[in-house]
Amino acid sequence: MQLPLGIEVPIPTFEQFVFIQVALLTAVAGLAVVMSRNLFHSALALTLTFFGVAGVYVFLEAEFLAVSQVLVYVGAIAMLIAFAIMLTRSMMYGRTSPLNNQWGKSSLFAFLFFIGLLAFARATPWPAVGEEVVADEALIGALGREFVTTYVIAFEVLGLLLLLALVGAVMLARDR
Amino acid sequence: MVPLSWYLMLAAFLFSCGLYGALARRNAIAMLMGIELMLNAANINLVAFWRHGVGPMEDLTGQAFAVLIIGLAAAEAAVGLALIIAVYRERRTIDVDELDILSG
Repeated sequence: MQLPLGIEVPIPTFEQFVFIQVALLTAVAGLAVVMSRNLFHSALALTLTFFGVAGVYVFLEAEFLAVSQVLVYVGAIAMLIAFAIMLTRSMMYGRTSPLNNQWGKSSLFAFLFFIGLLAFARATPWPAVGEEVVADEALIGALGREFVTTYVIAFEVLGLLLLLALVGAVMLARDR
Repeated sequence: MVPLSWYLMLAAFLFSCGLYGALARRNAIAMLMGIELMLNAANINLVAFWRHGVGPMEDLTGQAFAVLIIGLAAAEAAVGLALIIAVYRERRTIDVDELDILSG
């Protein structure tokens, strides 16, 4: 595909074209999370971002992760954040600036960080094409087996941590 | 097949958004949202490197790592939001600029 100014752009395949749509949706929603003045709009944009990331996992052929992403992030964390916003209610309607006084330095730092990561991602010669992944159900089964063999300690510790975190959250948030 | 660098660029953008949100927002819940964005970006990178690494069918470390991070993010969100609600009960604000009783 020939753009004006003589820039040569390879024609994207259908998969790449759909990926660009999903990635743009995710990126715009992610930007809206930090740019929106209304905190509740931020939470809704965050939910959209979580859905977009689940879509990216589908492109990466990690279906189990995509489903977990929707279950845990959209189902639990987004709900939790929405409830926390409604319970605390302050600064929700943008009467004051949502940014603190170091936002200028922060935005510069985040922008430079993004440019640096971008340069790194473009300059490094990554392997061009990954290997084929087939038999998705077998893959999920293999992942389950990994969790009860190789990663059993990490898995159990995570379970314990989650239990302690939830008990601790109830302890912290209950009305004394 | 989508090139690996595209995933990395998307993750870099999401991470930078989250970094900005965590550093620049005054509301504690908005800061937490920025942290969630950064965790998601890291997860995209892990899964992308798993998919494009050597033998994604045999070595599932990247996916296993991502699942553990999702669980960890759930624990972090639960404790963080509980802390925010407790602070709000005590001080009637969750503006992190006003929560400075520990600064000397």
